[in-house]
Amino acid sequence: MSGGLAVSVCYIFDTSIFERTWNMRGGFIRGLFDIDRRDFLKFCSATAAMMGLSEAYAPKIAEAVTTAAPRTPVVWLTLSCDSGCTEMFIKAKRPSAAELILDVLSVEFNDTIMAAAGEQAEENLKNAVDKGGFILVIEGAMPTKPGYGTIAGKDMLDIVKEVAPKALAVVAIGSCATNTGIPGAAPNPSGLISVTDALKPLGIANVNLPGCPADPKLLVGVVLNYLLFKKLPDLDELGRPKMFYAKTIHEQCERRSHFEAGRFVEAFGTPEMEKGYCLYKMGCKGPQTHGPCPTIRYNDNASWCILAGAPCIGCLDMKWPDAQSPFYGRLAGVSIPGFGGVQSTADKVGKVLGAATAIGIGAHAAATAAKGGKKGGGE
Amino acid sequence: MARLVIDPITRIEGHLKLDVEIEGGKVKDAWTSGTLFRGFELILKGRDPRDAWQITQRVCGVCPTSHAHTSTMGLEDSFKVTPPENAVILRNLIEGCQFLHSHILWFYHLNALDYVDVVSALSAKTTDPALVAVQGKLKTFVDSGQLGPFANAYWGHPAYKLPPEVNLLAVSHYLQALEMQAEAAAASAVWGGRMPMTMTSPPGGVNCMVDLDLIAQFLFRLKKVQAFIDNVMVPDTLAIAPFYLDWAGIGKGHANFLSWGVFTDPKSRDPYKSLLPRGAVYASEGLTAQKVGPEMVTEDTTRGWYKDGPAVNPAQGVTDPEYTSYDTNAKYTWAKSPRLNGKPMEVGALARMLVAYTSGQPTAQSLINGTLTALGVGGKPEVLLSVLGRIAARTLEAKMVADEMIGWTTALAANLGAGNSKLFEQYEIPDKSSGIGLWEAPRGALGHWNEIDGHVLKNYQMVVPTTWNVCPRDEKGVRGPIEEALIGTPVHDAKQPLEILRVVHSFDPCLACTVHVIDPDTNEVRKFRVS
Repeated sequence: MSGGLAVSVCYIFDTSIFERTWNMRGGFIRGLFDIDRRDFLKFCSATAAMMGLSEAYAPKIAEAVTTAAPRTPVVWLTLSCDSGCTEMFIKAKRPSAAELILDVLSVEFNDTIMAAAGEQAEENLKNAVDKGGFILVIEGAMPTKPGYGTIAGKDMLDIVKEVAPKALAVVAIGSCATNTGIPGAAPNPSGLISVTDALKPLGIANVNLPGCPADPKLLVGVVLNYLLFKKLPDLDELGRPKMFYAKTIHEQCERRSHFEAGRFVEAFGTPEMEKGYCLYKMGCKGPQTHGPCPTIRYNDNASWCILAGAPCIGCLDMKWPDAQSPFYGRLAGVSIPGFGGVQSTADKVGKVLGAATAIGIGAHAAATAAKGGKKGGGE
Repeated sequence: MARLVIDPITRIEGHLKLDVEIEGGKVKDAWTSGTLFRGFELILKGRDPRDAWQITQRVCGVCPTSHAHTSTMGLEDSFKVTPPENAVILRNLIEGCQFLHSHILWFYHLNALDYVDVVSALSAKTTDPALVAVQGKLKTFVDSGQLGPFANAYWGHPAYKLPPEVNLLAVSHYLQALEMQAEAAAASAVWGGRMPMTMTSPPGGVNCMVDLDLIAQFLFRLKKVQAFIDNVMVPDTLAIAPFYLDWAGIGKGHANFLSWGVFTDPKSRDPYKSLLPRGAVYASEGLTAQKVGPEMVTEDTTRGWYKDGPAVNPAQGVTDPEYTSYDTNAKYTWAKSPRLNGKPMEVGALARMLVAYTSGQPTAQSLINGTLTALGVGGKPEVLLSVLGRIAARTLEAKMVADEMIGWTTALAANLGAGNSKLFEQYEIPDKSSGIGLWEAPRGALGHWNEIDGHVLKNYQMVVPTTWNVCPRDEKGVRGPIEEALIGTPVHDAKQPLEILRVVHSFDPCLACTVHVIDPDTNEVRKFRVS
């Protein structure tokens, strides 16, 4: 067979490519399965750090991932959303999507990647639910208007109410599931509700992983926490794991020193932009938004929004998008430190931002004001 | 005559329901129903126009980048601003990554399992240590009894034709391809911050950081993906195609093709000079490319769950949802029916490659002619009008785009080296204006129409690729492209309608665009109705 292929490939492209072809094909495959132990332990250490655990947990994470048998079953329901979180999930690296799907988890139902269709797909869902003992991941919100969203003849809301009570744990992934996200933005045309609101009448609590999209590392963190401790991670009052959502993006931002020094971008395409100054005046919602973006980064550590040059649009906030739009409008009520002193607007901040953030920014503003005062540069 | 409902159609983005009539072992008639109504057009009304390119990305998690760029181009049309050359190059690069990730994902993860029997790979005889490793892993996986995403598929169906050894090779590539589609997305994140949901293509240009270090990071990732396409994806297509040559005669459909054009020429900005140029091909009039414009588009709502009205151009479009009931004799979907000069049009990689081929684009011509010759059908481009043609078109387009991206990256570096680092053009948002963005998502022709009044959006309409392909009949009763392509498809076993999935998947439908599955009558679903 390979001989025939060689002929056809060489016919179209040049022969030198073909020489590499078969060598590289082998290399590709070996690269994937010859899992480097050192790399793997690095992943475990990094994951421990991300979860706020000490280095001593790295071997335990390694054990949980490699010896969990049977693999943890996952039922992944895609409801009213754009499947962006499934897309982000299969962009996972370290552990890779292949490792997550084949080694760590047993994805019993996810209509984007599963081979079965129609009747057989429905059977898979039924079998998984009957067996129980699965983690339910919900991507997307649920329409409350009749006829606006069902799968295989069942109302999405009813599917969730049927499946959730059988699950070990329910994780809402992405903004559509946690707070209805963009499709639930005003005027919320299909009457969407969040997973938490749908499950409240059943007395079922869920983990919320807001973000548009939510990074798979967060889901991995929740699942590993479950494998290690047989319980969900500590959650805040909005159901978000404290290990990921305790700090604002502003607190962790690598451009923070520019904010402190009063160095701002005033328009795209300017020298200030090239210098990587603070994007607050371009509408950055970092001071309002809780989440780990600066530390976890996206897509194999390639980048994240502010590092790439974009003001945060606040997509990890539980009131996104209506509380953050217009995205390029300056966030009201944030005290700007730096040359020319401090604008004292802490009262406004309290109205606009969550209480915890307001205290953070208020305290920060006071500290900066004091500092500025000493220098004689304050108001 | 058997009536068969497949719901949900899986391995697509979003949900699709299919209703077919089978007679004498062949599809006699078909109805595609896409259904979640999300109403983006309604959400956008009254908002700051600059938010539209971010909000419309959430129409689709697979091709958000294409929505971003189409929206931004429409807004630039309204704002009367022209982005600098470097911004056009960077958008081409970000969009290019989107095409590569999407085509790899579609080929290996959404489509391949219709042709590759995973279970058969277990009986492959091989001594290649790498393949032995994959086989061992697969065996462990199957023996565990937890088949996960591979559970309960149509394994062993007689329409699977590959020998076990080729199945095993394909399974190993399925796993590599997971890595590679993620790599393409990571390359895009170097400029866009993340993928899905790119962050740096607002109206006016780009707002990403650009330097030689980032260019090197980008090239490192891009070249890995390019090598995979050259060394794995293209050979796989050529290796698998000979086993399925009968699929070059199935799924032709209306054979009208539309491309708005994508990957703008940074110098001329002429859509007919884009890497994949603008144009339409009406196969009934021969394989020649014709000029097209947005004024030729109308949307018909006769068979969709919208209030009835005349078919109008999207610039005058209204979105007035009215759910009645699922009735294939009346209204049966949330999709509208877009038409070009009154004709249903197929969109996607095949449409783009045919328009490029018939426009004389030299790379498209040499890739297509070489492939046809390699498969023993040299000089017969008409075999491309088929399920197999759609598969081949996506692979060849991925190669064409990856190769061109290397050139764009070099051009960007050269511009920086020559002191041209301009990335953004300033503008004011007008009080009143309107604009159109026409571009392509990996799945096909994408158009955004905006109208601004009082500095905010007054109206926003999108005509998205899957609506072109998955749309219902129009007022004249003419079927949509997927419905038409299904007619005559052989069905070996109505309980395992693998052949139907092949036709539907060949269009790479992405129902997240406007729609989702609805069936108000629970009893109907998953049952075979004899009528």
